[in-house]
Amino acid sequence: MSKSCKNEGCGSGAGCGGAHAATEELDPQVEEATRREFMCVIAGCAAALGVSGCSEITHTSFFQKRFRELGPEERASIVADLEKEFSEKFGKPVTISTQPAREDVQFGYALDISRCIGCRRCVYACVKENNQSRDPQVHWIRVLEMDKEKGIDLAHANAYYDAETVPRPGHFYLPVACQQCDQPSCVKSCPVGATWKEPDGIVVIDYDWCIGCRCCMSACPYGARHFNWTDPSVPAEEINPKMHYLGNRPRMKGVVEKCTFCVQRTREGRYPACVEVCPVGARKFGNLSDPNSEIRYILEHKRVFVLKNELNTRPRFFYFYGL
Amino acid sequence: MNTATLFARFVLDSLRSITRGNKLYWTWVAFLLLLMSAGVLAYVHQSRNGLITTSMRDQVSWAFYIGNFTFLVGVAAAAVLLVIPAYVYEWKPIKEVVILGELLAISAITMCGLFVTVDVGHPERLWHLLPGLGHLNLPRSMLAWDVVVLNSYLVLNVIIVTYLLFSLHAGRSPNKKLFLPLVLFSIPAAIGIHTVTAFLYCGLPGRPFWNTSILVPRFLASAFCSGPAVLIVLMQILRRFTRFEIQNEAIWKIAELMSYAMGVNLILLGAEVFKDYYSNTEHLIHMRYMFEGVGGHHAIVPWMWLSVFCSIAAFLVFIVPKTRRNPIWLNLGCALIWVGVYLEKGMGLVIPGMTPDTLGEIYEYFPSHTELWVASGVFATGFLVFTLLVKIATPIMLGDYQPAGAKVAH
Repeated sequence: MSKSCKNEGCGSGAGCGGAHAATEELDPQVEEATRREFMCVIAGCAAALGVSGCSEITHTSFFQKRFRELGPEERASIVADLEKEFSEKFGKPVTISTQPAREDVQFGYALDISRCIGCRRCVYACVKENNQSRDPQVHWIRVLEMDKEKGIDLAHANAYYDAETVPRPGHFYLPVACQQCDQPSCVKSCPVGATWKEPDGIVVIDYDWCIGCRCCMSACPYGARHFNWTDPSVPAEEINPKMHYLGNRPRMKGVVEKCTFCVQRTREGRYPACVEVCPVGARKFGNLSDPNSEIRYILEHKRVFVLKNELNTRPRFFYFYGL
Repeated sequence: MNTATLFARFVLDSLRSITRGNKLYWTWVAFLLLLMSAGVLAYVHQSRNGLITTSMRDQVSWAFYIGNFTFLVGVAAAAVLLVIPAYVYEWKPIKEVVILGELLAISAITMCGLFVTVDVGHPERLWHLLPGLGHLNLPRSMLAWDVVVLNSYLVLNVIIVTYLLFSLHAGRSPNKKLFLPLVLFSIPAAIGIHTVTAFLYCGLPGRPFWNTSILVPRFLASAFCSGPAVLIVLMQILRRFTRFEIQNEAIWKIAELMSYAMGVNLILLGAEVFKDYYSNTEHLIHMRYMFEGVGGHHAIVPWMWLSVFCSIAAFLVFIVPKTRRNPIWLNLGCALIWVGVYLEKGMGLVIPGMTPDTLGEIYEYFPSHTELWVASGVFATGFLVFTLLVKIATPIMLGDYQPAGAKVAH
């Protein structure tokens, strides 16, 4: 049931239809699978020439509505289906939260560039936590190595430095991920409203609604959005089973993904994985609405700046000089 | 006879038109079908494995497909811009061209739609764009606007062409009160589709190479070159193989208009080059990537210089009356314009806009085999649509279905 419609099955409508008659049984599970397979065939036909984007993960039905428009019961049933599918697929109990934003919380992030040593532990902790594809590799955080002489100069930044030797003399490091802008150009550009800003400030994507046009990637000034150019692959034993619907649940090929401030953790009061793993404490995260939070202290007392201030995207991600 | 019967006969005659033809016609159709099949195979490959079969990556996330889309929006827009001299100035020689221009517009929009479809990750989800069923992000998303204007433009042209051809076929005079407002409306619509497509790029402040207001006039100017270039070649073909009488005067006039458009296009390009090089800010790097190459990356440099060379050469060929009236130079000029504008819009706009990417990384893009085959399949489809439409329209416009002596002037 987890792979109710493989590409091979979708390739020829006639072949798919023929297989149906043989599998007609009263078992509701099989029936459900057949229904989905049928939907996939329809989807395939609707897509040019009967070859659709039916990929490894086909848990949602063709006609599923936008997540934002789903009622609580519909959400629950979709999530239950997904949990079942993923639990079977990965061989461990998977939970998928749809926990909404808390009213009294506005998330904010600050990164101390005088402390960051460019070790990229955040990059890999993020990959592990958020079930990013291992092959091809998808990284939501890009750590840029810069010359101290040039200052912050993206044109001369190097994202491919050798991590064994950090920090290299004469260099400093600038990790970049989604800036969770208050005026996000990506959200504005999406033609189908598949990405939006949540009340707590996190910009999220509905992977089942994204058409994969990549307008948001053209619009994002921070290179924060990543496309699944092929089926993402995560070994079952490495899957993080604690998922959020709008966050780290496994994606399918042909959709865009990005950092969500680890929505599956932070909405439960935990720190994002990158904050937790940082060995030098360069990463700070908290509630901007709380006047006593560490993040508020930093914004009020440190020399803070945002990337590409002139674009007026108003990031929720701040950089500061702690030393 | 009532309208329904007449329309049925119009449809039947149209079907008969496209299923009958000489050897040359069938060879051409077979060739296009062959290319289309290759395109389908390449697309099946792309569908199964994902867009990783293209050369696009996160750094250059729009490329060849979207470049072709942009170029073809220009072709579609320009074809109908010929309506202006024909109807507004009542300039007779061009009038015959209008139907052909609209047929070209229909074919070009078809290709635009296909290029977007092959570019998206989930074509089966395109219904999410349908208002009511899905969710069209208006008024904020420029792509949403583009979907609206392109589809309206397509519908508009299909209605106009069907109505005109049907009337001519039935031997009726087209009711001017009905179709003239539609034709006149198609003029701002043509400008609209190209303007909105330019907005798709120039509304992105994170991409300094595109974030320039000069992009809209540049799009319009270059479009006014490439669309008519197709029509000039087509008119000569029709004149040669059918009884179509197209005056040289009409062709020369279009060629003259094209030379002005190319002149404006070159001035605008020059203004961009000056602004970037003289101010010499960090944003210059995109222009440098285009014309010089940056850090040992030169993949598109020769193509860009070829584009500039072709555009200037075409401008000279068309501005001098003696050369534009010489059939060899004229067709050479059309070819030069096609190469010049195609490279400028296809690669020269999209690739340098994304190279280096927003964090300064240079990923050198060049289309993959899959992209090239899929694109040729799309072009073949568009050419087939155009061929069939012209095949249907030609005998109708020549009055072949009318008894002798009862031909209706169009």
